[in-house]
Amino acid sequence: MAGGTRLENANPLIFQRSGERLLTVTDEDDDVADPIDDREIFDLIRSINDPEHPLSLEELNVVEQMRVNVSDEESTVSVEFTPTIPHCSMATLIGLSIKVKLLRSLPDRFKIDVHITPGTHASEDAVNKQLADKERVAAALENSQLLEVVNQCLYTKSM
Amino acid sequence: MRGRLSLKLLAALVFRMAADNSLLLGLVEEFVSGQVDSKATETASGVKTGQFTILQLVEALGLSLTSSQPHTRGRGVQLLSQVLQECYSCLSEREVEVLITFYENRLKDHYVITPHVLQGLKALTKCSVLPPGSAVSILRSIFQDVHVQSLMLAERSCVYNILISLMESREEELKGLGADFTFGFVQSVDGERDPRNLLLAFQVARNIIHRGYDLGKFVEELFEVTSCYFPIDFSPPPNDPHGITQEDLILSLRNVLTGTSRFAEFLLPLIIEKLDSDVQSAKVDSLQTLAACGLTYSHKELAEFLPGLWSAIRREVFQTASERVESAGLSALAALTSSLSRSVLSSDSEDSLQVFLNLVLKDCQHHLCEPDLKLVWPSTKLLQAAAGASYRASLIVSAAVIPALLEQYNNRTQCAQRRTLLEVLQGFVQPSPLSRPADGVESVLVAFQQSLCSVVFSALAESSAGLQVTATRVLTALGQQPCLLAQTDVEKAVDHLTRLILEEEDTQVSLAVVECSGSLAHLHPKAFISRMIPRLKEEILSECNAAVRLRCVTAVASVSSQLSVVQESTPVLLQVLASAHTGSCSFSVEEVSAVCISLQRIAAHARDTEEIGRFFHSNIIPRLLGLALQAALQSGDSGHSSPLTDEAVLSALVPVISTACAALQSESASRMAAQAVSLFLDGDVSFLPENAFPSQIQLLQSQAESRGPSQLVCLLMACVCSLPRSVDIPEIDRLLVQLEDLICTCSHLFSYTFAAKCFAGLVNKRPAGEALDAVLERVLKRISVELENGSSSQRTQAFTLLLWVAKALLLRYHPLSTALTDKLFALLSDPELGSQAADGFCVLMSDSPDVLNRSCHADVRIMYRQRFFAENSSKLVEGFNSAEQEKKSCYLKALSHIVNNLPREVQLSELPALLPLLLEALSCPDREVQFSTLSCMQPVLLEPPEALRNQLEALFSRMLALTSSPHMKVRIASIRCVHALSRLPEHVVLPFRARVLKALAVCLDDRKRLVRNEAVAARGQWFLLGSPGGR
Repeated sequence: MAGGTRLENANPLIFQRSGERLLTVTDEDDDVADPIDDREIFDLIRSINDPEHPLSLEELNVVEQMRVNVSDEESTVSVEFTPTIPHCSMATLIGLSIKVKLLRSLPDRFKIDVHITPGTHASEDAVNKQLADKERVAAALENSQLLEVVNQCLYTKSM
Repeated sequence: MRGRLSLKLLAALVFRMAADNSLLLGLVEEFVSGQVDSKATETASGVKTGQFTILQLVEALGLSLTSSQPHTRGRGVQLLSQVLQECYSCLSEREVEVLITFYENRLKDHYVITPHVLQGLKALTKCSVLPPGSAVSILRSIFQDVHVQSLMLAERSCVYNILISLMESREEELKGLGADFTFGFVQSVDGERDPRNLLLAFQVARNIIHRGYDLGKFVEELFEVTSCYFPIDFSPPPNDPHGITQEDLILSLRNVLTGTSRFAEFLLPLIIEKLDSDVQSAKVDSLQTLAACGLTYSHKELAEFLPGLWSAIRREVFQTASERVESAGLSALAALTSSLSRSVLSSDSEDSLQVFLNLVLKDCQHHLCEPDLKLVWPSTKLLQAAAGASYRASLIVSAAVIPALLEQYNNRTQCAQRRTLLEVLQGFVQPSPLSRPADGVESVLVAFQQSLCSVVFSALAESSAGLQVTATRVLTALGQQPCLLAQTDVEKAVDHLTRLILEEEDTQVSLAVVECSGSLAHLHPKAFISRMIPRLKEEILSECNAAVRLRCVTAVASVSSQLSVVQESTPVLLQVLASAHTGSCSFSVEEVSAVCISLQRIAAHARDTEEIGRFFHSNIIPRLLGLALQAALQSGDSGHSSPLTDEAVLSALVPVISTACAALQSESASRMAAQAVSLFLDGDVSFLPENAFPSQIQLLQSQAESRGPSQLVCLLMACVCSLPRSVDIPEIDRLLVQLEDLICTCSHLFSYTFAAKCFAGLVNKRPAGEALDAVLERVLKRISVELENGSSSQRTQAFTLLLWVAKALLLRYHPLSTALTDKLFALLSDPELGSQAADGFCVLMSDSPDVLNRSCHADVRIMYRQRFFAENSSKLVEGFNSAEQEKKSCYLKALSHIVNNLPREVQLSELPALLPLLLEALSCPDREVQFSTLSCMQPVLLEPPEALRNQLEALFSRMLALTSSPHMKVRIASIRCVHALSRLPEHVVLPFRARVLKALAVCLDDRKRLVRNEAVAARGQWFLLGSPGGR
């Protein structure tokens, strides 16, 4: 980020990160099947980087576990996200990052729905429509500049 | 024709010509006209051996040096220069003087000659007999007659080298040149582009600055010719032939730029300008250079630029997403602050440090009042960096920040906000090394001591885990500084900590509380003895829930680092063991083991405090042995079975005793050895407390029942195998015989394994000599007899003994160890013992926790693993190739155990040879082999050696096949390996991308969450591969 550019929201509210999911005995038992649950989906998306800040979506409260709904049997996932300010120009990009992360991380059988928490963004409908449109998502990912930003949001340093 | 003249001078030096110089003439002829380069070396060696002198050479060169052809003259000078490079040390002062005059003249000659002239001058400047004045005259000629930047790379380097060597040897003379020298250097370096030469040029510049050469009016010029490279952007060419890194250049340039405060007026604006750059490395370099300036600059140089520098630093720290930029910014701020703190105040001017810190406080302090917002952290870090720079700075910052934070804390009610405020506060409470008050000076926090304590206590009383954890950290920091906790505060703190240990169930909180108690107890043992230990004791011994009891036991261990506390705390733990034994109070085996672990942690303090070791020797160890013996002797009786006969508990007792024994000093160590041996050999119980044992105890006899006294041999091992090597074990031969008998006749796995370990521990420390040889000969014979008897029921026992003795000898490089390990290799194809033998290699190669390790003072040579591997890997490969199909897996298992325990560097270098075998191991159906091979390969794959690149196809197909293994551990390990492979160079692995993504998609629907997590991480990385922004 260049020295001169100013951030849209330079001093946002930050929230605490939840800890790592605790391991249970059944997690390590080879014979028990673990269904995909809300927390698992939340863990997938909470560490996505914000496009502007060195902070995760969880720390900015853009995603919350209570706004994640998953049904393993019906193979559906629904995620609501909340932009930090109603005019946030990054909303589409954030939505796209969440969607791409889920597409890469969940089995094919899942139907993935990502949309803005109702009443939290000025152009909520337009963004939701874009995110729901398979063709447009695919087209967006053809654009190498857009893909680059999305990949940076999904990049994790750890290994 | 000045050349000719100087040549005459040279010739005049020749007083006597050697009668036979045809050899020399021939060499010269061949070099100059025949263009045979190798003749230069021959000539040089002739001069070195005294066959001919330099003067004869000059004489012989006569014709070529006066030739009208510049190339012939060049060739002549070249020969002379090359010879001088080899022989400069055997010249006389007079010869050097003449040669220099000659060379200086030749600088004016044709340009094809110049390179050779410079080479010659370079050689001459290295002479120790350089005549006075010649350094100056050489430099004058070079600066006058040579345009350095129109020379080739090697000649430019030659000029810099001449400067460097003259600066080393003739500093005073060069300084006599005054600013002319600096000017000459500036002119010759202006426009240099090669990184190799730049390193030399920066070295000259650094010498000019650091050694006090006169810069005169050329300060700005010198700055210009060096600063034009700032910030350095250099990427070495592929294969890095010269080994120069960007870092080398950056550091040597930084050394020049920050070397003198006279550059300040030029450098500081440049830094401010470069900080505005978009390139991250430029920002980091600028900030680090600024930090380096802090060491040399004072207020005078900095004053004018402080507002600009501060706003640039603030902007970077507030906005950056990069930790490198942030930490560079913080160090720069700290360096500026500490430089201002050093400046001497004059009575009429204002305090520059105060002025600067006011600037910082004005921009940062208000962010501290918004604990929910992002900028609270960057502001905190900036303020802490400034405060940590000096005591005076910490006074100023603390005086402003701490009251505000305390007020905020008391006004806010939300836990999250209070936690943030307390975390911020914690940073200000912890003094940095630079801001620590001098002896006798009060801590900056004394004024706030009361209110800090009350905030900490109120936070400890809150229900939020995060708040409590932070509060314990602040408490620890306060406790470590003198005068910040009054006696009453310590007592209050101990009460709070005790309460939290008893009541708080959150593991993070109890961990933090226990840690805090440990550090406070070290400084204030009395309060803990009187207030915490009795409370915990009461709780442990009463019937209460297991979790509370466990926390209490852990806490007891962590506060016991001082002898006075140990004397109070260990009896509590021993009482637990005693009542567990008698059954008066019910304790589970896990609880008793936890008590043993706590005792071991206390025993570890014996290493630092000799008294604790003596206390263990005289009180704790006899009590433990007594209890264990009572339990073992009673075990025959029916009814209550004491937990002290349980193998898990006995195994937990072993480290308690061995940790304490390892720390014993000579006298008590010898007593310990004598007591233990007489107890186990002769049933001498006199040193045990509550002496109510039957006479005639036979501890080393094998018994039929499993819980009998023979399993106490593990305690014998703990007592005698961890003592210092200098301690003589009495009656060792009788002891070894008894142990050997016990091993070979006992059928109880626990007993004979520990007996074998004990045997090995003693053999390992026994000095080499006949006594040891006799023992080994006897035991080897017995092992062979037992092993060769296929029907013997004692083969496993004999194998166990073989394994441990082999380990004992291998560790000390004993010549017999090869014979023993060869036996183990042979056993790999044994139908009964093959699999045990394979697992035995794990014992052989890994550190065993309770015996034969360095903390037990065992004789462990460095790199024994590498040595073993180097000597034996081929045997393993041969064995594998010749083994029958169904026995191959034992070889693979043994291999993976051996490779797994090798250090990383050896793994990397040996992997190419072993790769075929390891790939074979991946397709071996045994899941243990699969798992251990995968976990051994994973770290290697992170930095894969070249050899792997040719095997990628085989590697990928085997790894991907294992991702659908029926065993979770194998699936996880294989996915991790696939993940690691994503770090190979893009062009190498890109062809596999589609295949990997497809295979990993299946794992995303795995029924185990842990597998899915690994698959998500790996697949995410593989998606980024070859995608824009990915890598």
